[in-house]
Amino acid sequence: MKQKFKSAKTFLIAASLIIAFVIPLITENEYYLHTLIISGIYILLVLGLNLILGYAGQLSLGHAAFYGIGAYTSALLMMKLHFSFWLALPIGGIAAGIAGLMLGFPALRLKGPYLVICTIAFGEIAHQIFMNWESLTRGPMGIPGVPSPGEFSIGSFVIDFSEKQVYYYLVFIIVIIALLLNYFLVRSKTGRAFVAIREDQTAAEVIGVNLTFYKLTAFLSGTFLAGIAGSLYAHYIGFISPESFTLGESINILVMVIVGGMGTIIGPIFGAVGLTFLLELMRAFADYRMVIYGLILMILIVVLPEGTMGGIDILRRNLKKPQKI
Amino acid sequence: MGILSIEDLSINFGGLVAVDHVSFEVKRGEILSIIGPNGSGKTTIFNLISGIYKPTTGKILFKDKLINGMKPHTVAFMGIARTFQNVRPFKQMTVLENVLVGHHPKVKSLFIDDLFHTSKQRKEEVMIREQAIKLLDLFHLKQYIDEKAENLPYGDQRRLEIVRALASEPEIMLLDEPAAGMNPQETEDLIRLIGQIKDLGITIVLVEHDMKVVMDISQRIIVLDYGKKIAEGVPEEIRKNERVIEAYLGKD
Ligand SMILES: Nc1ncnc2c1ncn2[C@@H]1O[C@H](COP(=O)(O)OP(=O)(O)OP(=O)(O)O)[C@@H](O)[C@H]1O
Ligand SMILES: [Mg+2]
Repeated sequence: MKQKFKSAKTFLIAASLIIAFVIPLITENEYYLHTLIISGIYILLVLGLNLILGYAGQLSLGHAAFYGIGAYTSALLMMKLHFSFWLALPIGGIAAGIAGLMLGFPALRLKGPYLVICTIAFGEIAHQIFMNWESLTRGPMGIPGVPSPGEFSIGSFVIDFSEKQVYYYLVFIIVIIALLLNYFLVRSKTGRAFVAIREDQTAAEVIGVNLTFYKLTAFLSGTFLAGIAGSLYAHYIGFISPESFTLGESINILVMVIVGGMGTIIGPIFGAVGLTFLLELMRAFADYRMVIYGLILMILIVVLPEGTMGGIDILRRNLKKPQKI
Repeated sequence: MGILSIEDLSINFGGLVAVDHVSFEVKRGEILSIIGPNGSGKTTIFNLISGIYKPTTGKILFKDKLINGMKPHTVAFMGIARTFQNVRPFKQMTVLENVLVGHHPKVKSLFIDDLFHTSKQRKEEVMIREQAIKLLDLFHLKQYIDEKAENLPYGDQRRLEIVRALASEPEIMLLDEPAAGMNPQETEDLIRLIGQIKDLGITIVLVEHDMKVVMDISQRIIVLDYGKKIAEGVPEEIRKNERVIEAYLGKD
Protein backbone atom coordinates (compact mmCIF):
# COMPACT_ATOMS: atom_id res chain seq x y z
CA MET A 1 0.00 0.00 0.00
CA LYS A 2 2.72 2.39 1.00
CA GLN A 3 4.77 1.51 -2.04
CA LYS A 4 1.77 2.11 -4.24
CA PHE A 5 1.15 5.47 -2.66
CA LYS A 6 4.76 6.45 -3.13
CA SER A 7 4.84 5.65 -6.82
CA ALA A 8 1.50 7.40 -7.26
CA LYS A 9 3.07 10.43 -5.64
CA THR A 10 6.12 10.32 -7.90
CA PHE A 11 3.84 9.98 -10.88
CA LEU A 12 1.74 12.93 -9.77
CA ILE A 13 4.77 15.12 -9.22
CA ALA A 14 6.24 14.20 -12.61
CA ALA A 15 2.91 14.78 -14.33
CA SER A 16 2.37 18.20 -12.77
CA LEU A 17 5.92 19.21 -13.60
CA ILE A 18 5.44 18.26 -17.24
CA ILE A 19 2.07 19.99 -17.43
CA ALA A 20 3.47 23.12 -15.79
CA PHE A 21 6.34 23.05 -18.24
CA VAL A 22 4.31 22.69 -21.43
CA ILE A 23 1.40 24.99 -20.59
CA PRO A 24 2.97 28.10 -22.11
CA LEU A 25 3.69 26.12 -25.28
CA ILE A 26 0.10 25.05 -25.79
CA THR A 27 -1.84 28.07 -24.67
CA GLU A 28 -1.59 31.56 -26.02
CA ASN A 29 -4.06 32.70 -23.42
CA GLU A 30 -2.33 35.55 -21.59
CA TYR A 31 -4.82 35.41 -18.77
CA TYR A 32 -3.97 31.82 -17.87
CA LEU A 33 -0.30 32.59 -18.01
CA HIS A 34 -0.80 35.60 -15.81
CA THR A 35 -2.67 33.58 -13.22
CA LEU A 36 0.02 30.90 -13.30
CA ILE A 37 2.79 33.44 -12.81
CA ILE A 38 0.95 34.89 -9.83
CA SER A 39 0.43 31.35 -8.51
CA GLY A 40 4.16 30.74 -8.79
CA ILE A 41 4.90 33.87 -6.81
CA TYR A 42 2.44 32.72 -4.16
CA ILE A 43 4.08 29.32 -4.03
CA LEU A 44 7.31 31.05 -2.97
CA LEU A 45 5.48 33.11 -0.35
CA VAL A 46 3.64 30.12 0.99
CA LEU A 47 6.76 27.92 1.04
CA GLY A 48 8.48 30.60 3.10
CA LEU A 49 5.70 30.97 5.63
CA ASN A 50 5.36 27.21 5.74
CA LEU A 51 8.97 26.94 6.93
CA ILE A 52 8.31 29.44 9.69
CA LEU A 53 4.86 28.23 10.70
CA GLY A 54 4.34 24.75 9.33
CA TYR A 55 7.77 23.44 10.29
CA ALA A 56 9.17 25.66 13.05
CA GLY A 57 5.72 26.39 14.50
CA GLN A 58 6.10 30.16 14.78
CA LEU A 59 2.86 31.86 13.77
CA SER A 60 3.67 35.00 11.78
CA LEU A 61 1.11 37.44 10.45
CA GLY A 62 3.73 39.76 9.02
CA HIS A 63 4.76 37.84 5.95
CA ALA A 64 3.58 40.51 3.50
CA ALA A 65 6.14 42.89 5.01
CA PHE A 66 8.98 40.77 3.64
CA TYR A 67 7.21 40.39 0.32
CA GLY A 68 7.09 44.20 0.21
CA ILE A 69 10.68 44.68 1.33
CA GLY A 70 11.85 42.37 -1.46
CA ALA A 71 9.68 44.19 -4.00
CA TYR A 72 10.73 47.71 -3.02
CA THR A 73 14.41 46.85 -2.57
CA SER A 74 14.70 45.15 -5.89
CA ALA A 75 12.66 47.78 -7.81
CA LEU A 76 14.54 50.70 -6.30
CA LEU A 77 17.94 49.10 -6.82
CA MET A 78 17.17 48.70 -10.48
CA MET A 79 15.55 52.09 -10.95
CA LYS A 80 17.71 54.35 -8.79
CA LEU A 81 21.05 52.59 -8.81
CA HIS A 82 20.75 50.85 -12.18
CA PHE A 83 21.49 47.43 -10.79
CA SER A 84 20.89 44.52 -13.11
CA PHE A 85 17.80 42.47 -12.28
CA TRP A 86 19.99 39.43 -11.66
CA LEU A 87 21.66 41.26 -8.80
CA ALA A 88 18.56 43.09 -7.57
CA LEU A 89 16.65 39.82 -7.24
CA PRO A 90 18.95 38.12 -4.70
CA ILE A 91 19.56 41.40 -2.86
CA GLY A 92 15.79 41.79 -2.53
CA GLY A 93 15.75 38.35 -0.94
CA ILE A 94 18.66 39.15 1.36
CA ALA A 95 17.11 42.47 2.46
CA ALA A 96 13.91 40.64 3.36
CA GLY A 97 15.94 37.96 5.14
CA ILE A 98 17.75 40.55 7.26
CA ALA A 99 14.40 42.11 8.17
CA GLY A 100 13.23 38.59 8.96
CA LEU A 101 16.09 38.18 11.43
CA MET A 102 15.00 41.42 13.06
CA LEU A 103 11.55 39.93 13.58
CA GLY A 104 13.11 36.64 14.66
CA PHE A 105 14.79 38.14 17.71
CA PRO A 106 11.63 39.16 19.54
CA ALA A 107 10.11 35.89 18.39
CA LEU A 108 12.71 34.09 20.49
CA ARG A 109 11.07 35.36 23.64
CA LEU A 110 7.42 35.39 22.64
CA LYS A 111 4.89 32.64 22.27
CA GLY A 112 1.35 32.17 21.01
CA PRO A 113 -0.82 35.29 20.83
CA TYR A 114 2.04 37.56 21.92
CA LEU A 115 4.15 36.45 19.01
CA VAL A 116 1.23 36.96 16.63
CA ILE A 117 0.73 40.53 17.83
CA CYS A 118 4.43 41.22 17.48
CA THR A 119 4.44 39.98 13.88
CA ILE A 120 1.34 42.04 13.04
CA ALA A 121 3.05 45.11 14.49
CA PHE A 122 6.13 44.37 12.43
CA GLY A 123 4.03 44.14 9.27
CA GLU A 124 2.33 47.39 10.17
CA ILE A 125 5.67 49.17 10.65
CA ALA A 126 6.85 48.00 7.25
CA HIS A 127 3.59 49.14 5.69
CA GLN A 128 3.91 52.55 7.33
CA ILE A 129 7.44 52.88 5.97
CA PHE A 130 6.25 52.09 2.44
CA MET A 131 3.48 54.69 2.95
CA ASN A 132 5.47 57.48 4.52
CA TRP A 133 9.01 57.40 3.21
CA GLU A 134 7.79 59.35 0.22
CA SER A 135 11.15 60.50 -1.08
CA LEU A 136 12.03 56.87 -1.68
CA THR A 137 8.77 54.98 -2.11
CA ARG A 138 6.47 57.78 -3.40
CA GLY A 139 4.14 56.80 -0.55
CA PRO A 140 0.59 55.70 -1.35
CA MET A 141 0.98 56.61 -5.03
CA GLY A 142 3.35 53.72 -5.43
CA ILE A 143 6.13 53.24 -7.93
CA PRO A 144 5.08 52.86 -11.55
CA GLY A 145 7.35 51.76 -14.35
CA VAL A 146 9.33 49.12 -12.48
CA PRO A 147 11.42 47.72 -15.32
CA SER A 148 11.16 44.11 -16.43
CA PRO A 149 14.39 42.14 -16.18
CA GLY A 150 15.18 43.15 -19.76
CA GLU A 151 16.77 41.02 -22.41
CA PHE A 152 19.26 38.29 -22.15
CA SER A 153 21.15 37.33 -25.24
CA ILE A 154 23.17 34.25 -25.89
CA GLY A 155 24.85 34.98 -29.22
CA SER A 156 22.10 35.86 -31.61
CA PHE A 157 19.46 34.18 -29.49
CA VAL A 158 17.54 36.78 -27.50
CA ILE A 159 15.39 36.02 -24.48
CA ASP A 160 13.03 38.88 -23.71
CA PHE A 161 11.77 38.77 -20.13
CA SER A 162 9.01 41.27 -20.80
CA GLU A 163 7.19 38.49 -22.63
CA LYS A 164 4.78 36.58 -20.42
CA GLN A 165 5.90 33.16 -21.64
CA VAL A 166 9.49 33.95 -20.82
CA TYR A 167 8.65 35.38 -17.41
CA TYR A 168 6.59 32.29 -16.73
CA TYR A 169 9.66 30.13 -17.26
CA LEU A 170 11.74 32.39 -15.05
CA VAL A 171 9.23 32.00 -12.22
CA PHE A 172 8.90 28.29 -13.00
CA ILE A 173 12.64 27.69 -12.65
CA ILE A 174 12.91 29.69 -9.44
CA VAL A 175 9.94 27.84 -7.97
CA ILE A 176 11.50 24.49 -8.86
CA ILE A 177 14.81 25.48 -7.26
CA ALA A 178 13.01 26.75 -4.17
CA LEU A 179 10.98 23.54 -3.91
CA LEU A 180 14.05 21.39 -4.27
CA LEU A 181 16.06 23.27 -1.63
CA ASN A 182 13.01 23.28 0.61
CA TYR A 183 12.70 19.54 0.18
CA PHE A 184 16.35 19.02 1.08
CA LEU A 185 16.12 21.32 4.07
CA VAL A 186 13.04 19.85 5.70
CA ARG A 187 14.38 16.31 5.38
CA SER A 188 17.65 17.16 7.09
CA LYS A 189 18.90 17.82 10.59
CA THR A 190 17.74 21.42 10.20
CA GLY A 191 14.20 20.46 9.20
CA ARG A 192 13.94 17.98 12.05
CA ALA A 193 15.14 20.62 14.49
CA PHE A 194 12.38 22.94 13.20
CA VAL A 195 9.69 20.33 13.76
CA ALA A 196 11.08 19.45 17.17
CA ILE A 197 10.73 23.10 18.19
CA ARG A 198 7.18 23.15 16.87
CA GLU A 199 6.27 19.97 18.74
CA ASP A 200 7.87 20.66 22.11
CA GLN A 201 10.29 23.49 22.62
CA THR A 202 11.70 22.30 25.94
CA ALA A 203 12.13 18.71 24.82
CA ALA A 204 13.87 20.00 21.68
CA GLU A 205 16.28 22.08 23.73
CA VAL A 206 17.06 19.23 26.04
CA ILE A 207 18.09 16.94 23.18
CA GLY A 208 20.47 19.60 21.93
CA VAL A 209 18.51 21.83 19.56
CA ASN A 210 19.77 25.40 19.83
CA LEU A 211 16.50 27.35 19.90
CA THR A 212 18.05 30.71 19.03
CA PHE A 213 19.89 29.39 16.03
CA TYR A 214 17.07 27.35 14.55
CA LYS A 215 14.31 29.87 15.11
CA LEU A 216 16.39 32.55 13.45
CA THR A 217 17.28 30.16 10.64
CA ALA A 218 13.59 29.50 10.03
CA PHE A 219 12.79 33.21 9.93
CA LEU A 220 15.77 33.96 7.72
CA SER A 221 15.00 31.26 5.15
CA GLY A 222 11.27 31.91 5.12
CA THR A 223 11.55 35.65 4.71
CA PHE A 224 14.32 35.35 2.11
CA LEU A 225 11.84 33.43 -0.04
CA ALA A 226 9.25 36.16 0.49
CA GLY A 227 11.78 38.75 -0.65
CA ILE A 228 12.49 36.77 -3.82
CA ALA A 229 8.74 36.56 -4.42
CA GLY A 230 8.46 40.33 -3.94
CA SER A 231 11.16 41.02 -6.47
CA LEU A 232 9.58 38.69 -9.02
CA TYR A 233 6.23 40.39 -8.46
CA ALA A 234 7.59 43.94 -8.82
CA HIS A 235 9.39 43.32 -12.08
CA TYR A 236 6.48 41.39 -13.48
CA ILE A 237 3.60 43.75 -12.68
CA GLY A 238 5.72 46.85 -13.18
CA PHE A 239 3.97 48.73 -10.41
CA ILE A 240 4.26 48.45 -6.65
CA SER A 241 2.41 50.27 -3.91
CA PRO A 242 1.89 49.79 -0.16
CA GLU A 243 -1.58 48.40 -0.89
CA SER A 244 -0.09 45.11 -2.04
CA PHE A 245 1.74 44.51 1.24
CA THR A 246 -0.85 44.73 3.95
CA LEU A 247 -2.04 42.63 6.86
CA GLY A 248 -4.76 41.39 4.49
CA GLU A 249 -2.09 39.98 2.22
CA SER A 250 -0.32 38.33 5.19
CA ILE A 251 -3.60 36.68 6.12
CA ASN A 252 -4.11 35.58 2.55
CA ILE A 253 -0.72 33.84 2.55
CA LEU A 254 -1.49 32.28 5.92
CA VAL A 255 -4.79 30.92 4.61
CA MET A 256 -2.97 29.33 1.66
CA VAL A 257 -0.57 27.61 4.05
CA ILE A 258 -3.39 26.32 6.22
CA VAL A 259 -5.69 25.22 3.40
CA GLY A 260 -2.83 23.44 1.67
CA GLY A 261 -1.70 21.69 4.81
CA MET A 262 1.02 22.92 7.12
CA GLY A 263 4.32 21.17 7.44
CA THR A 264 4.20 19.37 4.10
CA ILE A 265 5.85 20.29 0.83
CA ILE A 266 3.02 19.61 -1.60
CA GLY A 267 0.40 21.25 0.61
CA PRO A 268 1.58 24.80 0.07
CA ILE A 269 1.60 24.28 -3.69
CA PHE A 270 -2.01 23.15 -3.56
CA GLY A 271 -2.86 26.08 -1.34
CA ALA A 272 -1.10 28.70 -3.45
CA VAL A 273 -2.23 27.52 -6.88
CA GLY A 274 -5.68 26.42 -5.74
CA LEU A 275 -6.61 29.63 -3.98
CA THR A 276 -5.09 31.89 -6.63
CA PHE A 277 -7.23 30.18 -9.27
CA LEU A 278 -10.25 30.08 -6.99
CA LEU A 279 -10.01 33.83 -6.44
CA GLU A 280 -9.77 34.35 -10.19
CA LEU A 281 -12.79 32.13 -10.87
CA MET A 282 -14.75 34.06 -8.26
CA ARG A 283 -14.47 37.17 -10.40
CA ALA A 284 -17.62 35.94 -12.10
CA PHE A 285 -19.48 36.73 -8.88
CA ALA A 286 -18.43 40.36 -9.00
CA ASP A 287 -19.41 42.04 -5.72
CA TYR A 288 -20.08 38.77 -3.95
CA ARG A 289 -16.62 37.49 -4.79
CA MET A 290 -15.05 37.79 -1.36
CA VAL A 291 -18.20 36.55 0.39
CA ILE A 292 -18.25 33.35 -1.62
CA TYR A 293 -14.49 32.98 -1.36
CA GLY A 294 -14.79 33.30 2.42
CA LEU A 295 -17.55 30.71 2.52
CA ILE A 296 -15.54 28.24 0.48
CA LEU A 297 -12.59 28.72 2.83
CA MET A 298 -14.77 28.06 5.85
CA ILE A 299 -16.14 24.90 4.32
CA LEU A 300 -12.65 23.74 3.37
CA ILE A 301 -11.36 24.24 6.90
CA VAL A 302 -14.31 22.39 8.40
CA VAL A 303 -14.08 19.49 5.96
CA LEU A 304 -10.30 19.32 5.89
CA PRO A 305 -9.10 20.55 9.28
CA GLU A 306 -5.53 19.51 8.51
CA GLY A 307 -5.49 21.06 5.06
CA THR A 308 -5.59 19.32 1.71
CA MET A 309 -2.54 17.20 2.45
CA GLY A 310 -3.90 16.32 5.86
CA GLY A 311 -7.14 15.26 4.15
CA ILE A 312 -5.26 12.99 1.79
CA ASP A 313 -3.38 11.57 4.76
CA ILE A 314 -6.62 10.79 6.61
CA LEU A 315 -8.03 9.18 3.49
CA ARG A 316 -4.92 7.06 3.16
CA ARG A 317 -5.10 5.97 6.79
CA ASN A 318 -8.72 4.97 6.37
CA LEU A 319 -7.93 2.99 3.25
CA LYS A 320 -5.13 1.23 5.08
CA LYS A 321 -7.04 0.23 8.18
CA PRO A 322 -9.15 -2.70 6.99
CA GLN A 323 -6.07 -4.47 5.62
CA LYS A 324 -4.31 -4.26 8.96
CA ILE A 325 -6.81 -6.44 10.80
CA MET B 1 35.92 11.51 41.55
CA GLY B 2 32.37 11.27 40.25
CA ILE B 3 31.25 12.03 36.71
CA LEU B 4 28.67 14.46 38.09
CA SER B 5 28.90 16.31 41.37
CA ILE B 6 26.20 18.42 42.87
CA GLU B 7 27.42 20.78 45.55
CA ASP B 8 25.18 22.71 47.88
CA LEU B 9 22.48 23.06 45.24
CA SER B 10 19.38 25.17 46.00
CA ILE B 11 16.58 26.82 44.10
CA ASN B 12 13.69 28.92 45.36
CA PHE B 13 10.41 29.53 43.61
CA GLY B 14 9.11 32.64 45.33
CA GLY B 15 8.97 31.61 48.97
CA LEU B 16 9.20 27.90 48.28
CA VAL B 17 12.59 26.26 48.63
CA ALA B 18 12.15 23.42 46.14
CA VAL B 19 15.73 22.16 46.45
CA ASP B 20 17.49 22.97 49.69
CA HIS B 21 21.31 22.78 49.85
CA VAL B 22 21.58 19.35 48.31
CA SER B 23 24.95 17.73 47.62
CA PHE B 24 25.71 14.36 46.12
CA GLU B 25 27.97 12.69 43.66
CA VAL B 26 27.26 10.35 40.77
CA LYS B 27 29.96 7.80 40.04
CA ARG B 28 30.81 6.80 36.52
CA GLY B 29 28.93 3.71 35.37
CA GLU B 30 26.56 3.39 38.33
CA ILE B 31 22.81 3.55 38.62
CA LEU B 32 21.92 6.12 41.25
CA SER B 33 18.30 6.55 42.25
CA ILE B 34 16.71 9.64 43.71
CA ILE B 35 13.54 8.92 45.65
CA GLY B 36 11.25 10.95 47.86
CA PRO B 37 7.60 11.85 48.36
CA ASN B 38 5.66 13.92 45.82
CA GLY B 39 6.91 17.46 45.55
CA SER B 40 10.20 16.74 47.28
CA GLY B 41 12.24 18.28 44.47
CA LYS B 42 13.35 15.32 42.36
CA THR B 43 12.25 16.67 38.97
CA THR B 44 13.53 20.09 39.92
CA ILE B 45 17.03 18.64 40.39
CA PHE B 46 16.84 17.20 36.87
CA ASN B 47 15.68 20.56 35.56
CA LEU B 48 18.64 22.20 37.26
CA ILE B 49 21.14 19.71 35.87
CA SER B 50 19.76 19.96 32.33
CA GLY B 51 19.87 23.75 32.35
CA ILE B 52 16.14 24.45 32.31
CA TYR B 53 16.37 26.23 35.68
CA LYS B 54 19.27 28.20 37.08
CA PRO B 55 20.18 27.38 40.69
CA THR B 56 19.90 30.02 43.40
CA THR B 57 23.03 28.65 45.06
CA GLY B 58 25.45 25.83 44.49
CA LYS B 59 27.43 24.17 41.76
CA ILE B 60 26.85 21.44 39.22
CA LEU B 61 30.07 19.92 37.94
CA PHE B 62 30.06 17.55 35.01
CA LYS B 63 33.43 15.91 34.48
CA ASP B 64 34.91 18.68 36.62
CA LYS B 65 33.40 21.43 34.47
CA LEU B 66 30.95 23.87 35.96
CA ILE B 67 27.73 23.55 33.95
CA ASN B 68 25.17 25.55 35.87
CA GLY B 69 24.12 28.57 33.87
CA MET B 70 24.63 26.73 30.60
CA LYS B 71 21.74 26.53 28.16
CA PRO B 72 19.96 23.16 27.87
CA HIS B 73 21.27 22.49 24.37
CA THR B 74 24.86 23.06 25.51
CA VAL B 75 24.34 20.66 28.40
CA ALA B 76 23.01 18.12 25.88
CA PHE B 77 26.05 18.60 23.68
CA MET B 78 28.30 17.92 26.66
CA GLY B 79 26.79 14.45 27.03
CA ILE B 80 23.88 14.72 29.45
CA ALA B 81 20.55 13.36 28.21
CA ARG B 82 17.23 13.11 30.00
CA THR B 83 13.64 12.01 29.72
CA PHE B 84 10.57 13.69 31.16
CA GLN B 85 8.17 12.60 33.86
CA ASN B 86 5.19 13.31 31.59
CA VAL B 87 5.94 11.50 28.33
CA ARG B 88 7.08 13.91 25.67
CA PRO B 89 7.95 12.29 22.38
CA PHE B 90 7.54 14.54 19.33
CA LYS B 91 4.02 13.40 18.62
CA GLN B 92 3.65 14.32 14.96
CA MET B 93 7.01 12.84 14.04
CA THR B 94 7.43 9.22 13.15
CA VAL B 95 9.25 6.91 15.52
CA LEU B 96 12.30 6.94 13.27
CA GLU B 97 12.29 10.74 13.05
CA ASN B 98 12.14 10.98 16.83
CA VAL B 99 15.30 8.95 17.10
CA LEU B 100 16.91 10.91 14.27
CA VAL B 101 16.33 14.20 16.13
CA GLY B 102 17.90 12.48 19.10
CA HIS B 103 21.09 12.22 17.05
CA HIS B 104 21.17 16.00 16.69
CA PRO B 105 24.23 16.73 18.86
CA LYS B 106 26.28 14.20 16.92
CA VAL B 107 25.47 15.43 13.41
CA LYS B 108 28.11 17.76 12.04
CA SER B 109 26.53 18.95 8.79
CA LEU B 110 25.98 22.69 8.61
CA PHE B 111 22.90 24.57 7.45
CA ILE B 112 24.52 24.96 4.04
CA ASP B 113 25.10 21.20 3.82
CA ASP B 114 21.46 20.59 4.66
CA LEU B 115 20.18 23.16 2.17
CA PHE B 116 22.27 21.91 -0.74
CA HIS B 117 22.13 18.25 0.19
CA THR B 118 25.92 17.95 -0.01
CA SER B 119 27.64 14.59 -0.04
CA LYS B 120 28.77 15.20 3.54
CA GLN B 121 25.14 15.65 4.59
CA ARG B 122 23.99 12.59 2.64
CA LYS B 123 26.70 10.38 4.13
CA GLU B 124 25.89 11.47 7.65
CA GLU B 125 22.18 10.99 7.04
CA VAL B 126 22.72 7.42 5.85
CA MET B 127 24.88 6.76 8.88
CA ILE B 128 22.48 8.09 11.49
CA ARG B 129 19.58 6.33 9.82
CA GLU B 130 21.41 3.03 10.16
CA GLN B 131 22.21 3.77 13.79
CA ALA B 132 18.65 4.83 14.54
CA ILE B 133 17.27 1.64 13.03
CA LYS B 134 19.77 -0.41 15.03
CA LEU B 135 18.71 1.31 18.23
CA LEU B 136 15.02 0.81 17.46
CA ASP B 137 15.71 -2.84 16.77
CA LEU B 138 17.67 -3.26 19.99
CA PHE B 139 14.85 -1.76 22.04
CA HIS B 140 12.01 -3.53 20.25
CA LEU B 141 10.46 -0.53 18.59
CA LYS B 142 11.37 -1.38 15.03
CA GLN B 143 7.88 -2.54 14.14
CA TYR B 144 6.63 1.03 14.63
CA ILE B 145 9.35 2.68 12.62
CA ASP B 146 7.10 4.75 10.32
CA GLU B 147 4.25 5.15 12.77
CA LYS B 148 3.57 8.57 14.25
CA ALA B 149 4.82 8.64 17.84
CA GLU B 150 1.40 9.63 19.17
CA ASN B 151 -0.10 6.39 17.88
CA LEU B 152 2.14 4.22 20.05
CA PRO B 153 0.88 2.57 23.25
CA TYR B 154 1.84 4.53 26.34
CA GLY B 155 4.61 2.23 27.49
CA ASP B 156 6.21 2.26 24.06
CA GLN B 157 6.10 6.06 23.96
CA ARG B 158 8.10 6.04 27.18
CA ARG B 159 10.56 3.62 25.68
CA LEU B 160 10.81 5.74 22.54
CA GLU B 161 11.68 8.75 24.65
CA ILE B 162 14.48 6.80 26.27
CA VAL B 163 15.79 5.64 22.90
CA ARG B 164 15.62 9.22 21.60
CA ALA B 165 17.75 10.35 24.54
CA LEU B 166 20.11 7.46 23.99
CA ALA B 167 20.64 8.41 20.34
CA SER B 168 22.85 11.33 21.29
CA GLU B 169 25.29 8.82 22.84
CA PRO B 170 25.27 10.55 26.21
CA GLU B 171 27.64 9.75 29.02
CA ILE B 172 24.94 10.14 31.58
CA MET B 173 21.18 9.74 31.41
CA LEU B 174 18.61 11.23 33.75
CA LEU B 175 15.42 9.17 33.74
CA ASP B 176 12.40 10.78 35.39
CA GLU B 177 9.91 8.14 36.53
CA PRO B 178 10.24 5.89 33.50
CA ALA B 179 7.99 3.22 35.05
CA ALA B 180 5.09 5.59 35.73
CA GLY B 181 1.87 4.25 34.24
CA MET B 182 3.44 1.00 33.09
CA ASN B 183 1.88 -2.40 33.71
CA PRO B 184 4.00 -5.12 35.43
CA GLN B 185 5.06 -6.63 32.11
CA GLU B 186 6.15 -3.25 30.75
CA THR B 187 7.98 -2.55 34.00
CA GLU B 188 9.88 -5.85 33.64
CA ASP B 189 10.89 -4.83 30.12
CA LEU B 190 11.93 -1.45 31.39
CA ILE B 191 14.21 -2.91 34.04
CA ARG B 192 15.89 -4.97 31.34
CA LEU B 193 16.19 -1.89 29.11
CA ILE B 194 17.84 0.15 31.85
CA GLY B 195 20.24 -2.73 32.39
CA GLN B 196 21.09 -2.68 28.68
CA ILE B 197 21.80 1.03 28.84
CA LYS B 198 24.08 0.55 31.81
CA ASP B 199 25.90 -2.18 29.89
CA LEU B 200 26.60 0.38 27.17
CA GLY B 201 28.69 2.15 29.79
CA ILE B 202 26.22 4.93 30.38
CA THR B 203 25.79 6.32 33.88
CA ILE B 204 22.17 6.53 34.99
CA VAL B 205 20.40 8.75 37.47
CA LEU B 206 16.91 7.45 38.07
CA VAL B 207 13.95 9.13 39.70
CA GLU B 208 11.32 6.51 40.41
CA HIS B 209 8.37 5.84 42.66
CA ASP B 210 8.19 2.13 41.91
CA MET B 211 10.24 0.71 44.79
CA LYS B 212 10.64 -2.65 43.13
CA VAL B 213 12.46 -0.99 40.23
CA VAL B 214 14.53 1.17 42.54
CA MET B 215 15.59 -1.62 44.89
CA ASP B 216 16.25 -4.02 42.00
CA ILE B 217 18.60 -1.94 39.95
CA SER B 218 20.19 0.87 41.95
CA GLN B 219 23.70 0.71 43.31
CA ARG B 220 23.00 3.67 45.55
CA ILE B 221 19.96 5.69 46.54
CA ILE B 222 19.45 9.28 47.63
CA VAL B 223 16.31 10.29 49.51
CA LEU B 224 14.80 13.76 49.38
CA ASP B 225 12.11 15.26 51.56
CA TYR B 226 10.91 18.85 51.22
CA GLY B 227 13.88 19.65 49.03
CA LYS B 228 16.44 18.34 51.55
CA LYS B 229 18.59 15.26 51.25
CA ILE B 230 17.66 13.11 54.23
CA ALA B 231 19.49 9.90 53.42
CA GLU B 232 22.01 8.31 51.13
CA GLY B 233 23.19 4.74 50.85
CA VAL B 234 22.89 1.32 49.28
CA PRO B 235 19.36 -0.13 48.92
CA GLU B 236 19.65 -2.22 52.08
CA GLU B 237 20.55 0.80 54.20
CA ILE B 238 17.76 2.91 52.73
CA ARG B 239 15.17 0.20 53.29
CA LYS B 240 15.99 0.23 57.01
CA ASN B 241 16.56 3.98 57.45
CA GLU B 242 14.27 5.48 60.13
CA ARG B 243 14.00 8.92 58.60
CA VAL B 244 13.12 7.50 55.22
CA ILE B 245 10.37 5.31 56.63
CA GLU B 246 9.08 8.31 58.55
CA ALA B 247 9.10 10.59 55.50
CA TYR B 248 7.13 8.06 53.49
CA LEU B 249 4.73 7.05 56.25
CA GLY B 250 4.20 10.65 57.31
CA LYS B 251 2.91 11.44 53.87
CA ASP B 252 0.72 8.38 53.43
N1 LIG C 1 8.58 26.21 37.91
C1 LIG C 1 8.13 26.11 39.16
N2 LIG C 1 7.56 27.17 39.76
C2 LIG C 1 7.09 27.09 41.03
N3 LIG C 1 7.18 26.00 41.76
C3 LIG C 1 7.74 24.90 41.25
C4 LIG C 1 8.25 24.90 39.90
N4 LIG C 1 8.75 23.67 39.64
C5 LIG C 1 8.57 22.95 40.77
N5 LIG C 1 7.97 23.67 41.72
C6 LIG C 1 7.63 23.21 43.07
O1 LIG C 1 8.78 22.64 43.63
C7 LIG C 1 8.46 21.52 44.42
C8 LIG C 1 9.23 20.32 43.93
O2 LIG C 1 8.68 19.90 42.70
P1 LIG C 1 9.23 18.68 41.87
O3 LIG C 1 8.47 18.65 40.60
O4 LIG C 1 10.69 18.78 41.77
O5 LIG C 1 8.82 17.46 42.79
P2 LIG C 1 9.03 15.93 42.54
O6 LIG C 1 9.87 15.42 43.64
O7 LIG C 1 9.50 15.67 41.16
O8 LIG C 1 7.56 15.38 42.74
P3 LIG C 1 6.76 14.22 41.99
O9 LIG C 1 7.13 12.97 42.66
O10 LIG C 1 5.34 14.56 42.21
O11 LIG C 1 7.15 14.26 40.55
C9 LIG C 1 6.96 21.35 44.33
O12 LIG C 1 6.38 21.94 45.46
C10 LIG C 1 6.60 22.10 43.09
O13 LIG C 1 5.30 22.62 43.18
MG1 LIG D 1 8.74 14.80 39.51
